[in-house]
Amino acid sequence: MIREALIVSAILFSIGVAGVLVHRNALLLFMCVELMLNAVNLTLVAFSRLHGTSGQVFVVLVMTVAAAEAAIGLAIVIGVFRHYRTVDMGRIRLLRG
Amino acid sequence: MDGASPLFFWLFAALAIVASLAFVTRRNPVSAALWLVQVMFAIAALYVLLGAFYLGAVQVLVYAGAIMVVFVFVVMLLNLGHEAEAPGRLRWLPAAGSLAGLAFAALLLRSVTARALPAPTAPDESANAVMPVATALFTEHIVAFEVTSMLLLVAVVGSVVLAKQRTDVSEGQS
Repeated sequence: MIREALIVSAILFSIGVAGVLVHRNALLLFMCVELMLNAVNLTLVAFSRLHGTSGQVFVVLVMTVAAAEAAIGLAIVIGVFRHYRTVDMGRIRLLRG
Repeated sequence: MDGASPLFFWLFAALAIVASLAFVTRRNPVSAALWLVQVMFAIAALYVLLGAFYLGAVQVLVYAGAIMVVFVFVVMLLNLGHEAEAPGRLRWLPAAGSLAGLAFAALLLRSVTARALPAPTAPDESANAVMPVATALFTEHIVAFEVTSMLLLVAVVGSVVLAKQRTDVSEGQS
């Protein structure tokens, strides 16, 4: 079941990668990154069956980092939307404000 | 448990993959978020089937509960629900992205299936679900835990600073 979990996780991660490449809405990009983080978490949980509980601890830490990243990233999205009136990454081309 | 496990494992694995495909093809952020919640629930079920009961609960509470609510809240706040992503000038972009995703999947699957894995240890079902994780978290990984608490503090302060409506700048806008 470990290898099957790794395969599922690889497929989910690739779907997340494809989503990041395809989408240009900043919110959808963030959601694809969350999907990739979830796929990596699934890998860590699967390997924790082989190498002990540390993998599950890593997953707890990754979830915390994901929560912090979502909060900061969405705050940045709100700031960008306030400035440009759009979250389409195709129209946001300058780093200066 | 072992008799029914493969059936349920493949059921939830198929659910996760189908829901993530549906998620990645949405252009509306709200329906994408709802499909992503479905993916999170399926992954939580996979955690439970892999013996990580505590992480299954945390996945539902933190990811499907908190993080996705924040996403939907931002979609509502920016009033983006009806404004679907406009089809861009790059008409070949979805095809190219799918192709790159397939190539990446092939790479990952090849590396995943290349080597033999050691036999898995049986999940510890005698103890309660939280104790092994908590023991490892608060003894072996205590430094990472403390750093994480600092990270959360910085994230709270930073998101307030970033999202705060600055009256001197945004006056006249909105």
